[in-house]
Amino acid sequence: MSAPNKSYDPVEVEALKPEEVERARDAALAAVAAASDLAELQEAKVAHTGDRSPLALANREIGALPPQAKAEAGKRVGQARGAVKKALEQRQVELEAERDARVLVEEAVDVTLPWDRAPRGARHPLTTLSERIEDLFVAMGYEVAEGPQVEAEWYNFDALNILPDHPARTMQDTFFVRAEDGSADSGVVLRTHTSPVQIRTMLTRTPPIYVICPGRVYRTDELDATHTPVFGQIEGLAVDKGLTMGDLKGTLDHFVQAMFGEGIVTRLRPSYFPFTEPSAELDLKCFVCRGASVGDPERPCRTCRSEGWIEWGGCGMVNPRVLIACGIDPEVYSGFAFGVGLERALMFRHNVEDMRDMVEGDVRFTLPFGMEI
Amino acid sequence: MRVPLSWLREYVDLPAGESGRDVADKLVALGLEVETVEQLGADLKGPLVVGRVLEIEELEGFKKPIRFCKVDVGDANGTGEPQEIVCGARNFEVDDKVVVILPGGVLPGPFEIAERKTYGRVSRGMICSARELGMGDDHDGIIVLPIEAQIGADAIELLGLIDEVLDIAVTPDRGYCLSMRGVAREAAIAYGQPLRDPALLDVPDANSYGYPVLVEDAAGCDRFVARTVVGIDPEAPSPLWLQRRVQMGGMRPISLVVDVTNYVMLELGQPLHAYDRARLQGAIVVRRAHEGETLTTLDDAERKLDREDLLICDDRGAIGLAGVMGGASTEIGVGTTDIVIEAAHFDSVSIARTARRHKLGSEASRRFERGVDPEAARAAAQRAVDLLAALGGERAQAEAGVTEVDAPREVVRIVLAADHAARVAGVAYPRETVAQRLQEVGCSVEGIDELTVVPPTWRPDLTDPNDLAEEVIRLEGYEQVPSTLPQVPAGRGLTADQRRRRRIGRALAGAGYVEVLDYPFVGQSAFDDLGLAPDDARRRTVVLVNPISEEEPALRTTLLPGLLGTLRRNLGRGNGDLALFESGVVFLPNASTPRAPQLAVDRRPTDEELAGLTAALPDQPQRVAVVLAGEREHSGWWGKGRPQVWADAIEAARVVADAVGVELTVRQDQYEPWHPGRCAALVAIAADGTERVVGHAGELHPRVLKALHLPERVAAMELDLDLLTADLDGEHLPQAGHISSYPVATQDVALVVDASVPAATVEAALVEGAGVLLESVRLFDVYTGEQVAEGGKSLAYALRFRAPDRTLTVEEATAARDAAVALATERTGAVLRGA
Ligand SMILES: [Zn+2]
Repeated sequence: MSAPNKSYDPVEVEALKPEEVERARDAALAAVAAASDLAELQEAKVAHTGDRSPLALANREIGALPPQAKAEAGKRVGQARGAVKKALEQRQVELEAERDARVLVEEAVDVTLPWDRAPRGARHPLTTLSERIEDLFVAMGYEVAEGPQVEAEWYNFDALNILPDHPARTMQDTFFVRAEDGSADSGVVLRTHTSPVQIRTMLTRTPPIYVICPGRVYRTDELDATHTPVFGQIEGLAVDKGLTMGDLKGTLDHFVQAMFGEGIVTRLRPSYFPFTEPSAELDLKCFVCRGASVGDPERPCRTCRSEGWIEWGGCGMVNPRVLIACGIDPEVYSGFAFGVGLERALMFRHNVEDMRDMVEGDVRFTLPFGMEI
Repeated sequence: MRVPLSWLREYVDLPAGESGRDVADKLVALGLEVETVEQLGADLKGPLVVGRVLEIEELEGFKKPIRFCKVDVGDANGTGEPQEIVCGARNFEVDDKVVVILPGGVLPGPFEIAERKTYGRVSRGMICSARELGMGDDHDGIIVLPIEAQIGADAIELLGLIDEVLDIAVTPDRGYCLSMRGVAREAAIAYGQPLRDPALLDVPDANSYGYPVLVEDAAGCDRFVARTVVGIDPEAPSPLWLQRRVQMGGMRPISLVVDVTNYVMLELGQPLHAYDRARLQGAIVVRRAHEGETLTTLDDAERKLDREDLLICDDRGAIGLAGVMGGASTEIGVGTTDIVIEAAHFDSVSIARTARRHKLGSEASRRFERGVDPEAARAAAQRAVDLLAALGGERAQAEAGVTEVDAPREVVRIVLAADHAARVAGVAYPRETVAQRLQEVGCSVEGIDELTVVPPTWRPDLTDPNDLAEEVIRLEGYEQVPSTLPQVPAGRGLTADQRRRRRIGRALAGAGYVEVLDYPFVGQSAFDDLGLAPDDARRRTVVLVNPISEEEPALRTTLLPGLLGTLRRNLGRGNGDLALFESGVVFLPNASTPRAPQLAVDRRPTDEELAGLTAALPDQPQRVAVVLAGEREHSGWWGKGRPQVWADAIEAARVVADAVGVELTVRQDQYEPWHPGRCAALVAIAADGTERVVGHAGELHPRVLKALHLPERVAAMELDLDLLTADLDGEHLPQAGHISSYPVATQDVALVVDASVPAATVEAALVEGAGVLLESVRLFDVYTGEQVAEGGKSLAYALRFRAPDRTLTVEEATAARDAAVALATERTGAVLRGA
């Protein structure tokens, strides 16, 4: 840039003549208008606003003008450049819109094409159902206890007040393990319930005890639509000072409400188990019809067979004899226990019609259950 | 126990309109498991009347003999004229009283009866058999009624054809409910009505001239009542009402004497046995069996007796298994006129053992096992004597001799705090309520704050305070128990093991595996299919005495047989691309397994005693396994998929190891049932550097796949979770590393090694040689072909270097690379390709 020159006449500077500025501006506007795509517009932009464009050159001359001429020339060039800039921006928007409308449409794909390249997996619903129940009790402060499936008879029967000649011992169709000498007298069985885990827990912990015992158990039933020789059970045990049947009932009510919805309660019916006294059968209010199907042939309920209640398991107050066998003083402590079947819960909670489906491992059965239920 | 409602009403005044369902609901609330309420004669409709046969005309010329009968039904047909009926049965004569259904009536089926033409005559109704009336399937012949039946009378009422029967599954503690008397007691409580106890009979005192009985084993038999009835007419039939009740009770009517003993057992719960006195020789003796003694029981089976078996004997030897089944030699038969009735009380354990030993459960043993009221014996004998004397014909009469052998029984006294039931239930029962409820079940109760309770003789199950608490709570109603929540102390959540197992399941499912839960039952053939050597440790199994299938008597020692079976089942059902996993225990017998001792239950066993139990159990470690078939990545419109290969199985092991935070490496191995060239040993590296094989993965042996009818190239992995995590002591706490923000320097090297050199060895050498600046190493190409010498392979690695505190110079990175290559060369003979 040159220094101001007092003798310099703006009229003499060719590039700053009004008609020249006007011409350069018009040429620029014409080029912008003529650009048919973003590339041509970019060319026009370089040609008419770049460093070597007439308007840029004219702008550079302004600095050399005497002060009185500067203002006028500056205004003239500035307006011209502003007009070009505005036109450029406008055209840019127009052409981008055009591109968006055309090119991106051409690039469209059918996103409804299937894409299942990676295989899907799933966990068995009996596993996830067990975990769901475990989590519920863990949230209440319980811990999860486990034990062996091949179990000593003392844990599976004797300690639970199921003594050798008691009819209840033959009530549970037991798989017996062969002894080394080939006889049936090994003292070892496939556990018929997860109650031996309760015994193991009471032998190794001191009260207060609050545990949930999930696991596989075995009975000599043939596999059919509603029976399986291998099935899942989940039992709960609480041993503490002053526990009552009311505490048992309240715990079960909370349990079934968490699993089946608000307002679903339990019903206890007197029953008999050697390891609990008093004992009860555990029913829950049908969570499908909520009892409305009872005596109403117009609204039959498949889930509860229109009984209004669903039989689920057994429960009761821990028999003091069981506490004694575990070294717990029944004068100080009392306890409650309950047990439910997982297969049965899966059947009524998820409409599984045939227990064989849970056993056979057909992936079409398992996949819809996903990762959690 | 089958309980006809009409019979129950004899002992309790039930409300008039009360249905079987109503009664069942009440009993269920008290703890009786009523399984069904059977509606007898629900689809039976009269007119069903008593008729007298007037004339029988035999019709000729048909394939079977047919009779055309005229039957007097009184005014029941509206005309008073004889009813003309065609009948195919022949067991009746003129003047017999029969049951006739008239047109318009409906027999069970339902079969509507109408006037119809048959065998050339018009038949107006039917003469009925027991079967046609729904009275059981035993009798095909026409029912011939006793001569005193009134012509024209309603036979539905006469025969008790419309009734309701409650079928009750009696739990072991409620032996007394294996009788009408016991169920009636419960019903009386449920309805708040008095019980008319059928056991309250006048019984003559015992005397010295009854049939001689000698009880040598008072522990096995603490009461034996013997009564004699003589002069029974062997032709005397059981009256219809008796037959009907026995039949509704679920037993078959047989003969008067048998029906009476069964009837009394159903009524009072006391099993009876009747001996033909003519066939008894000498006194009845109760004793244990001698070594080698045998007995032929009523079912004509000769049984070898055990010295523990309690027997009924006479001079000639055993004549019955006490409380279980009588013997054939003194069985009453067609000519029996004089009988000796046994009403005894036997030890429940002894009976249970004998019944189990001889696999011989009977109505009698079922009751003795659960406990029979010892005080019912005299009444039951009396009831049988009365019935036989009344029904056994004109000459039938009871002899005056009454034999009673009686051993003293211990009286059970239970001391019960008056508020004990309240503390168990969480309900405030007043003392009077407790005492009243206990009295209702038959207890005697004394005391104020501390009650002394003597249970009734029919409730041997009541021994502890909690037993009495249950009686109070159930009679007051379980529905009175409130819903409260205990104050549970804060817990510690899941254990590390439990969380690990969940993580593994989620990780595998997330990686596309589907979980299965197989039965653990296997047979040796499964191990043959896997190609296991005869001495393979996995063939040593825990064996069941009574398996579901004799083909699969053992418990699994590996998860693979079950998983492969499930794989095949899926393939057979057209599920082609499969990745399955199972997480579960296997059962590994110890070298020597002692018998699990029988420990006491009246105290906590000592730790040594408990160790004796543990020693008897097999190891039961937790395993995880996968099997794969078909495509691991699906084919589709995008192109070909990727078939699963051996490496996917190894990757599954890595998924498991990552889920639990254990470093896993692999070694070439040979292990059945894997392909000998495609089997990896899975090796866990402990923090101290020690290595441990935790499982195997790879492609299965082609011979195994053929034996199992599986497609080629199936891959599998199995690892022992307990071994894998053995070093993780409780909580596993991953530690954060330093993340350098300086730039990475990448150097690629291609090394040529002999084809037999494992890639893992080369990589290990590179890592060790490169030193601390190495951030990662990745094998990105494996090449064999013209550009590599025969018998060699080229492994191309990308090495990434980075320093924690500065930008590395090219010289530093190159020096580290050269050091890595140098060590690889030294260890494996690797040659830098192109060098
Ligand atoms: Zn329902």
